[in-house]
Amino acid sequence: MSTIRDKLREYRTAGYYTEFEYHWTMAVDLDRCTGCEACVVACQAENNLPIVGEKLMRQGREMKWLRIERYWDGEYPNARLNFIPMLCQHCDEAPCEIACPVFATYHNQDGLNAQVYNRCIGTRTCAVYCPYEVRFFNWFTYTWDEPLEQQLNPDVTVREKGVMEKCTFCVQRINRAKDLARDEDRRVADGEAQPACAQACPTDAIVFGDRNDPESAVSRKLEDPRAYSVLEELNTHPSVVYLKNARKPLAGGADDDHHGDESDSRASREGARPTWERGHDPRSGPALREGETPSLQTQQADTVA
Amino acid sequence: MSATRELMFDHGQPSYSEVNNDVINALTTTTWRYWVTLVISAGTALLFFVAPWIYQIIVGVGAAGMNRNAMWGTYLSNFIFWIGLSHSGTLLSAVLHITQSDWRKSIYRSAEAMTLFSLMTAAMFVMVHVGRVWFVHWTFPFPNPMELWPNFRSPLMFDVMAILTYLTASSVFIYMGSLPDFAAVRDRSTGLRRRIYAVMCFGWRGTAHEWHTLGWAYTFFAVLVIPLAVSVHSIVSWDFAMSTVPGLHHTIFAPYFVCGAIYSGTAGIVTVMWMLRKFMGFGRYIGQLHIDNLSKLLLVLSLIWTYINICENFSGWYSGTSFEYEAILYRVWEGPFWWLYWEMILFCAVVPLVLFSRRIRTNWNVMLVISILINIGMLTERFVIVASSLPRKFLPDVFGTYFPSLVEISITVGSFAIFTTLFLLFVKIFPAVSIYEVKETLNPLRKREAHT
Repeated sequence: MSTIRDKLREYRTAGYYTEFEYHWTMAVDLDRCTGCEACVVACQAENNLPIVGEKLMRQGREMKWLRIERYWDGEYPNARLNFIPMLCQHCDEAPCEIACPVFATYHNQDGLNAQVYNRCIGTRTCAVYCPYEVRFFNWFTYTWDEPLEQQLNPDVTVREKGVMEKCTFCVQRINRAKDLARDEDRRVADGEAQPACAQACPTDAIVFGDRNDPESAVSRKLEDPRAYSVLEELNTHPSVVYLKNARKPLAGGADDDHHGDESDSRASREGARPTWERGHDPRSGPALREGETPSLQTQQADTVA
Repeated sequence: MSATRELMFDHGQPSYSEVNNDVINALTTTTWRYWVTLVISAGTALLFFVAPWIYQIIVGVGAAGMNRNAMWGTYLSNFIFWIGLSHSGTLLSAVLHITQSDWRKSIYRSAEAMTLFSLMTAAMFVMVHVGRVWFVHWTFPFPNPMELWPNFRSPLMFDVMAILTYLTASSVFIYMGSLPDFAAVRDRSTGLRRRIYAVMCFGWRGTAHEWHTLGWAYTFFAVLVIPLAVSVHSIVSWDFAMSTVPGLHHTIFAPYFVCGAIYSGTAGIVTVMWMLRKFMGFGRYIGQLHIDNLSKLLLVLSLIWTYINICENFSGWYSGTSFEYEAILYRVWEGPFWWLYWEMILFCAVVPLVLFSRRIRTNWNVMLVISILINIGMLTERFVIVASSLPRKFLPDVFGTYFPSLVEISITVGSFAIFTTLFLLFVKIFPAVSIYEVKETLNPLRKREAHT
């Protein structure tokens, strides 16, 4: 007999699943990321992402399920570039999932944030609710010139206008691995299901696997003290975990150039971390509470100005 | 009480037959000016709303100026504006009916019509907004072989429910209140018009039993409509407030939106009343008392609205999260639409302060200007909320801007034409002033005079 409270808890659990069969998780080691964008290209090829062209790119309508965000640390010539690959975080408490009036986006049994193109009516609420801005809307029906349509991936739908889309963690590859494993009556082995970005990454910065398996490579990455989630204070419980890059502070660089305010002293104390991380690292919680942390935006403005 | 009655009619009380004549003549005698206005507004609606919309359906929503950062744009802000405009009519009418305020009786019919038509216009914007309008019925919980249901956690789904309920209740409310008037038109007309109104009035005969049932049902609906109206704009506000977006994620949004809605709706009523006085010859029934009371209401609402705006900015500053603070800063000063924000403050918070003066309150022409200014302010308020919050959420790498495209601007203009067209049709079908209820307010002494 389940009590009403149990029912409520079940109802409030993401996608109504209390536990996941597999809990697909991605760990991105920012220390290893060189910003080469091989993952971006791999994603584009694997998932039939349209090339929207220069005009639409300028209008901010590009389709890139995975993008490399760039944040500058310091000022030229004493500057450093930080990369962070940003893709759908497959949040366990996804803001987008409560938004869709027709259940076009939901949490599936594998902890994936699934998007059903056929069901989408294009209210775009999910994209508005998404704090990571990783949802992409088909403003037009995009086409591929001859003979480029020959290279479309037959495992992936080509989307029409008016439909929302986003990173699926290459669900077609996951499903194929699960089918194989089911035929052989076993669970999917670690490393058997790899999204295109992880496969393409030359420095192995992207590690993908099942969090339910404590022996998997990704589970070991999660135990790394450098692990954190982007915008963790929003309580979205992302399935993408980043390992911060532990680098030395810029010598005589931006960190020292700050104008001697309080955040400056903290910056030099924790200077090992790049600028964009400071305000959003859960580990800097006490500093956040004291209210001394400048935000992401001001920091950007500071470094640019 | 009799003093109020005298105030209601600027040029002395009309007799019973004069009421009938005035109102029904407005229905039956149509000048060429009416037809010209109707053709112009219907043409504008077709050209500026329907044509760009068809174009947008063919090429995709990309015809509008929205982009990855600003996934919502003027379509949604206009939707909220029109829903807001719908908020005064039925709500005000119901509240005044329950509090037995006699002055409502000559203005409520047109006010309710305004509710109805702005709700319809708002519903059009939902259609224009979505990417695949041909599947928009999926938001309804209708039984289907795939056993797919809408998401009951979604504020949008509740939006659809709330708006449809409000639309249904408002339609029934206005139609039910018009039954005796349809009968009056039937009795006064001949030919086809008589047959049509005979059907429309459901064979109303005016027996005591019918009057009793009508009064009971009308009060029942008035009570039902009030919480409904409050819920509709609360739910619309949740479309925004339930997101995590800085600048939208406020608990104050529900009262803020409801207050703003009644505010712009009341201003809309003032505008429509001015038109009715000017063009339909209802100056005798809509007078000093009405404009004075409506203006007092506007003044109170503007003060509440100002207070909530201060609250919103204060909590953004006080919250301590830089996102919230910067969203406010971007809205009021740093963003491209800062001037729109201050325009809205000027029109909705500063200008209405002149309503403290009774001379201004009772001046119809000044009130027309103020009411239009207020609605311009409220239109931009919704735009500012959407256009200054969405392009900048959290990650600076994807910060963008939003500016409406020609298609969006044209559809916005066209929506006003749609509303005007519907209203023009209304004044020729419905008695725009309630005949039987105006008669109720007549001085009994005058009644006898009329009969002798």
